[in-house]
Amino acid sequence: MFEALGDRLQSVFDGLQKRGKLTESDVDKAMREVRLALLEADVNFKVVKRFVARVRKRAVGKEVMGSLTPGQQVVKIVHDELITTLGDPGRLNLGMQSPAVIMLVGLQGAGKTTMAGKLALYLRKQGRRPLMVAADVYRPAAIDQLQILGRQLDIPVYDEGVKGDPVTICTNGVKHAVSNNFTTVILDTAGRLNIDEMMMEEIKKIKATVNPIEMLLVADAMTGQQAVRVATDFNNAVEITGLIMTKVDGDARGGAAISMREVTDVPIKFLGVGEKLNAIELFHPDRMANRILGMGDMLTLIEKAQEEMDQEEAEKAGKKMLSGDFNLDDFLGQMQQIKKMGPIGKLMDMIPGMSKMTKGVDMSNAEGDLRRIEAIIQSMTMKERRYPKILKASRKRRIAAGSGTSVQEVNQLLKQFRDMQQMMKQLRSGKGRGLQNLMRGLG
Amino acid sequence: MFKSIRDSLARTRNTVFGQIAHALGTGDITEETWEDLEDLLVQADVGVPTTMLLVDTLRERTTKEGFYRADQLTEALKEELRNLLAENPPFAINKKRLLTIVLVVGVNGSGKTTTIGKLAHHYKNEGRSVLLAAGDTFRAAAIDQLKVWADRADVPIISGQPGGDPAATTYDGIRAARGRGFDLLFVDTAGRLHNKFNLMRELEKIRSTCAKSVHEAPHEVLIVLDAPTGQNALIQAKKFKEVVDVTGVILTKLDGTAKGGMVFAIYRELGLPVRFIGTGEKIEDLAPFDADQFVDGLFEA
Repeated sequence: MFEALGDRLQSVFDGLQKRGKLTESDVDKAMREVRLALLEADVNFKVVKRFVARVRKRAVGKEVMGSLTPGQQVVKIVHDELITTLGDPGRLNLGMQSPAVIMLVGLQGAGKTTMAGKLALYLRKQGRRPLMVAADVYRPAAIDQLQILGRQLDIPVYDEGVKGDPVTICTNGVKHAVSNNFTTVILDTAGRLNIDEMMMEEIKKIKATVNPIEMLLVADAMTGQQAVRVATDFNNAVEITGLIMTKVDGDARGGAAISMREVTDVPIKFLGVGEKLNAIELFHPDRMANRILGMGDMLTLIEKAQEEMDQEEAEKAGKKMLSGDFNLDDFLGQMQQIKKMGPIGKLMDMIPGMSKMTKGVDMSNAEGDLRRIEAIIQSMTMKERRYPKILKASRKRRIAAGSGTSVQEVNQLLKQFRDMQQMMKQLRSGKGRGLQNLMRGLG
Repeated sequence: MFKSIRDSLARTRNTVFGQIAHALGTGDITEETWEDLEDLLVQADVGVPTTMLLVDTLRERTTKEGFYRADQLTEALKEELRNLLAENPPFAINKKRLLTIVLVVGVNGSGKTTTIGKLAHHYKNEGRSVLLAAGDTFRAAAIDQLKVWADRADVPIISGQPGGDPAATTYDGIRAARGRGFDLLFVDTAGRLHNKFNLMRELEKIRSTCAKSVHEAPHEVLIVLDAPTGQNALIQAKKFKEVVDVTGVILTKLDGTAKGGMVFAIYRELGLPVRFIGTGEKIEDLAPFDADQFVDGLFEA
């Protein structure tokens, strides 16, 4: 895991508790750390140079604000500059003409086909009638892949098989859209190398023929230093109008986003954040800045919690806790809700400051613990889950065997559960309202 | 049969590493030389820690061995890079046994399915009897995609239903390989991000299916990394290694402008050798990795 920039700058400024203005030498030291942090986040080295120059200009002579340490002050400047560089979130521009044609281009394996499906679903939710066009005749089964996505989403796909010519397919696809009243066309083109002249010529021809209103470059968030070259080449060839970063649900810092944004000066319009077809998000520069700096992403965490927690379930559990008949089965349900939000390690990373606290702690252990607890409870009968008191030695042995754990681990869980019940009892007698509010806040 | 590794790397060396010798020139070593070197290494995705290590080592050697010209530095850099790609452990695919199982893993879009097609072609031409198991039951049309490659390589394939249990397909593959006397089984797996807990557990299950059925299997677990990937490649390799004990790397998409510089860090920190490089979309676009040639190729202008 990369050390967050905040931590790094803190160590530069440690022992330097002075207030007042940031001096040239403070800034020099800090800029080296900023440079390294950005390079480690895969921001292109040339982009880093320009970026650092801008930050230096803003930082020298700057007053250290009352509430901030010099380190925090520099982080704030970097953060602000990152947001400026990342620019305003781009929104799709579909114009007035129907159908609006959106063309997706990019390297092999960036995720164009999956993104075509996600975009189509997103646009249908916006009230549009999308048609997908399968123009990747090269990769084996690429057309089948788009057809399958189309069937899953119940969104039509136009294709002419693998024998067709991509330019003709796109032209015919748009014609098909016109005569069938589709309002949006998404062209899924083959992945290609930015230096493959023949293949780049093909997308130029498609562009010239169908005149798409949006030309979106789909790029993998894990891309390294090449991001600049790739974005520049595609931009020179077909004048891209927006960027889509994919696989943002991975743990790459995503510095490619800054590099591509800076050299093309086109906005980032969407992020791909998962394998499901609804895993598409609008771009938020502040969140991306936090991620690149390793500063945590509380907003995403909160959104995730709201999205994944089943409101009714949460309320039911809350009521049960208060009424005192919260049993092991409810406990299991709660745990499963938490698990739905994703790997614990990743959740922890979203909490500011947490990355420092949990450094060196193996979060997969916590994950393992959760699974063990789950296994233990699942090895109990419903009766045992409701009335843990009936658990005596022989039942415990059976549960331990069934869950692949030991009797000690079963006992440990039961003790934790009793402690929890005890705590709830205390809350009930007195500060009950507080808990109720807490539960409401969660739901 | 194969394009030579030098041909495949032609574009790479013409762009960046080729520039190293050029950029450093033949003049005296100055502070600027060090900065240029740092930039060039970072630009090749060698990564900050490995770049720092290389620069520090070279600075030390410069003092100790009394270099003063930049071209001497280039020679020393080559040596250090070669040192990073230390000796390879033996490649288990080449060992004689009744059935060799190779598990192919990696993140989404790195090129696993294409690579398996190329591997099948390669080993069939070497006289092995190859079978494929379509373990990517998740991505739409992934099974169809592998079937096309099996067809092209003229090798049989075992597949289940889309959405099925990949461990079950793996088991079917092993049974078929045994029953019909194949000696080399490649198991394709769905792309997964290494931070997805449940998907990594699924991979663990596929691995243990192999381990339970055949002695010492899987004999190789190869991670497919795509050359344009930056620093995250190291994390990917590390996480996959933790879960399924990866034994080697296949570096794909080296025909672009990407340098694949992160293989140095992967060698250094994880001891994982690169076994093949992928250099195009055709079935023969796969070359066995040769460290000396790789480093030399990077420097030829």
